[in-house]
Amino acid sequence: MTVIDNAVRAGERVSPRLTFRQRLSRWDVKVSPYLYIAPFFILFGLVGLFPLLYTAYVSLFKWEAGDDHPDFIGIDNYKELFADGQFWNAVGNTVSIFLLSSIPQIIIAVLLAALLGGRLRGATGWRIGILLPYAAGLVAIGIIFANLFGPKYGLVNGLLQTTGLDPVDWQASRFGSHVAIAIMVNWRWTGYNALIVLAAMQAIPRELHEAALIDGAGTWRRFTSVTLPLLKPTLIFVIITSTIGGLQIFTEPKLFDAMPGSNNGGSTNQFQTVTLYLYQSAFENYDLGYASAIAWVLFVLIVLIALGNFFLTGRIAGVKRK
Amino acid sequence: MTKPRKATYWVLAIFVLGSLFPFYWSFLVASRDNGMLTERVPPFLPGGNFFANAARVFDTVPFWKALGNSLLVSGTVTLTTVLFSSLAGFAFAKLRFRGRDGLFVFIVVTLAVPTQLGIIPLFIAMSELGWAGGLQAVIVPNLVTAFGVFWMRQYTVDALPYELIEAARMDGCSMIRIFWNVCLPAVRPAAAILAMFTFMTSWNDFLWPLVVLDAGNPTVQVALEKLQSGYYVDYSLVLAGTTLATIPILIVFVLLGRQIVAGIMQGAVKG
Repeated sequence: MTVIDNAVRAGERVSPRLTFRQRLSRWDVKVSPYLYIAPFFILFGLVGLFPLLYTAYVSLFKWEAGDDHPDFIGIDNYKELFADGQFWNAVGNTVSIFLLSSIPQIIIAVLLAALLGGRLRGATGWRIGILLPYAAGLVAIGIIFANLFGPKYGLVNGLLQTTGLDPVDWQASRFGSHVAIAIMVNWRWTGYNALIVLAAMQAIPRELHEAALIDGAGTWRRFTSVTLPLLKPTLIFVIITSTIGGLQIFTEPKLFDAMPGSNNGGSTNQFQTVTLYLYQSAFENYDLGYASAIAWVLFVLIVLIALGNFFLTGRIAGVKRK
Repeated sequence: MTKPRKATYWVLAIFVLGSLFPFYWSFLVASRDNGMLTERVPPFLPGGNFFANAARVFDTVPFWKALGNSLLVSGTVTLTTVLFSSLAGFAFAKLRFRGRDGLFVFIVVTLAVPTQLGIIPLFIAMSELGWAGGLQAVIVPNLVTAFGVFWMRQYTVDALPYELIEAARMDGCSMIRIFWNVCLPAVRPAAAILAMFTFMTSWNDFLWPLVVLDAGNPTVQVALEKLQSGYYVDYSLVLAGTTLATIPILIVFVLLGRQIVAGIMQGAVKG
């Protein structure tokens, strides 16, 4: 970039009276960068920033869908929301499903990455194999898993019964439904996360392992004392991205319902998540003001976690730099 | 790196089978009839009803239309995202302008803003514009992404030497020609990876199309949801639909799997 700039400046000094062509060229250098980045900023302004601010505005109104004269009610939607048992239930469900999915997922992803890191025959084939679920359509997967976990004829319950165990009503029980939805999430994302961890593992300098080996460290010791600490930044990245995704979980619980098409998240909202409740408030009850309040509280939750990520990563970055 | 033991292969094989099983199950149910699901020990080989069930999918929902819509939406979004992201990535990586670093940090920060949370005003806006129900309502909000800009910038920094740009300018190239003839060829691998990701994300998008499209003009994901929602769920029908929807993306995945894997791993190291 300095080269171009200097060239332009040199041009200025040599001949103050520029030809039309030269002026066009200078103008090109000056304006082009802004033109090239403009599409993102215009679009973000229109479909990112403006809606977010406008959501805050709508949340201060009693705003029915199609309403021409919504009533300004101040923070009443928020007051109502904080006293709303169904909202807190949704927050609890979201966190529960998130914990049930991300914890086993990350542990298994790290172990899978360790297996994939050796000198495997057909390494790429295995990697593609475990990544397959990532390619599947989310809706298709939701429907397939709802079928597998069906209470009466589902394959999972069939297997439980043939092994002499009691069937579980995966849709009616709170914990059961959370486990089933978490399995769906894990099935989709574990392979993907394993590849991200694998990439980080391969970036670890081999000498570190060799040094530990000379010091007499076994496989497990090298894994816990060399690999894991150096994986920390990547693990935090994986944890935070899955947190942001997890807090917005929508498709899986929507399709898991025994009453397909319903937004209740089960007959007693046992697996209704925050985004599902938001969707229900806005597009089933047509209460756009209330739904906007839900959106903002969810946004604040996500920002808080993103900030947590920032500080954690900052603390761990010291370890990363050698 | 020690040589893997036999057990490693067994564990991986179990994971791959687990990855494949739901797809197989979906095809199994789709190729039989609903009666299969009431059997205590389900059959493990496909039956012969797949084409009959698939035909019913096309009778129940406008599936051809949905496929065409999904292709049009994902194709357009992929093209514009790659083009605009490469342009912005080129500017951020190689051109000097006032406010560059600040603007780039701003883009990185927006990565954390979940756009789905803006769906209510966006829905109001689309209704006001008269776009609700039309494909432009799904296409326009996704024309370019912060992730795309970030990704292309990171790649362009290393892939495009200043000397090439300088030489092109000496030859009297305009900025846009430098982008088109010098930058784009150099960043093609990253652009290809971005294209694959964008296409898959767009093809799988559900919440926003569900909000803004109607049943007569759906994308594949919306059509599938409509197949399933009813008082009586005909699983052979529904899973025939999911199988049909999965086949195209599985084909893409098998053909480009190597590059997709490489892309995910490359992104992980850079990010």
